[in-house]
Amino acid sequence: MKCTRCRDSAELKLRAHNAAFCRTCFFEFFERRVLRAIERGRMIEAGERVLVAVSGGKDSLALWDVLARHGYATVGFHLALGIGEYSARSREACQRFASERGLQLEVTDLRAQDIAVPDLAWAARRPACAACGTAKRHFFDQAALDHGCAVLATGHNLDDEAARLLGNLMHWQTDHLARQRPVLPPPHPRFVRKVKPLFLTSELETASWAFMRGYDYVVEECPNAVGATQLTYKAALDKIEAASPGSKLFFVRDFVERGAAFFEKSAADRSAGVCTSCGQPSFGEICGFCSLRAQLERRRAARGETRRADG
Amino acid sequence: MKVRITPQGREIEVTGVRTVHGLLAHLGVLEGTVLVIRGEALLTTDSQLADDQTIEIRSVVSGG
Ligand code: SF4
Ligand SMILES: [Zn+2]
Ligand SMILES: [Zn+2]
Repeated sequence: MKCTRCRDSAELKLRAHNAAFCRTCFFEFFERRVLRAIERGRMIEAGERVLVAVSGGKDSLALWDVLARHGYATVGFHLALGIGEYSARSREACQRFASERGLQLEVTDLRAQDIAVPDLAWAARRPACAACGTAKRHFFDQAALDHGCAVLATGHNLDDEAARLLGNLMHWQTDHLARQRPVLPPPHPRFVRKVKPLFLTSELETASWAFMRGYDYVVEECPNAVGATQLTYKAALDKIEAASPGSKLFFVRDFVERGAAFFEKSAADRSAGVCTSCGQPSFGEICGFCSLRAQLERRRAARGETRRADG
Repeated sequence: MKVRITPQGREIEVTGVRTVHGLLAHLGVLEGTVLVIRGEALLTTDSQLADDQTIEIRSVVSGG
């Protein structure tokens, strides 16, 4: 197979783009698409500091790398979730990545605060991923404020967004549909703008980029991801994509450009106040995270013990 | 050839497959959901394979 651009021998074929790339041409293609998404969406204004939430996986590390390489002022932020070996390896991957490139990385460790994800899930009697999502939202926002960042960037890729969109449509989650955008303006002056610069970049592309650039990223999945509905949606979308290349790109891009507007009204009804406990923006008197933490304290007190995930 | 499947860490022996396309079909894996790695390079589906090679099939899916 030949590179569509330079006729050199190709390493990667992207059926969605009807193109094949050699390594050099792919690097250019990849970065240009990410940077164009940032510009078109006006995701980051000149001079703004960006908090990049890094998990240790390929997507968020690729995002951090591209932003830093192109002169954006970034702070990497890793939330150590306290999910056994997986969390230990994820944290190491982030630290290695940062030190090899001389990047600033900040880490918050949930286990050290006695609120590891398995504990929070136990307290709330909810799936780990629900508790995890609540914790991530809280600490990402907090870290952005703490480190003077106006923007929070996450590594959600095209496949993540397509799977989420399918899930939101399957359940007619109109509130979620209204907020599923690659650029989310702050609903409160204390909140930061949330952006997803990889929303049109597939995980085949981020995986190829990470491999070609020699990242030592965490390939394994979080143990809680096994059997997650998100993966069922991804598998279904993979089949559609194989039969009709470019479907995911069309699905997500056209939702953002044309579909999302139909759902916006329902989001406009919600404006945030401030959590009386932690001072962060909240839609209720107490934010989701603070009520989760309070639940954990109550359940621990009722049991007269300190439950730990590993105990 | 020796085929390593990551992140599961499974290793299997496959013989008589001549191209990446054939290997993916043999494994029942959809094109575009994995990287096919030989040494330092990624392989496209038309790449030729030989029985004395070691290939890594690495999932590109991230979840959660
Ligand atoms: S799979 Fe669930 S628990 Fe694991 S990191 Fe993702 S959201 Fe958190
Ligand atoms: Zn080329
Ligand atoms: Zn709060």
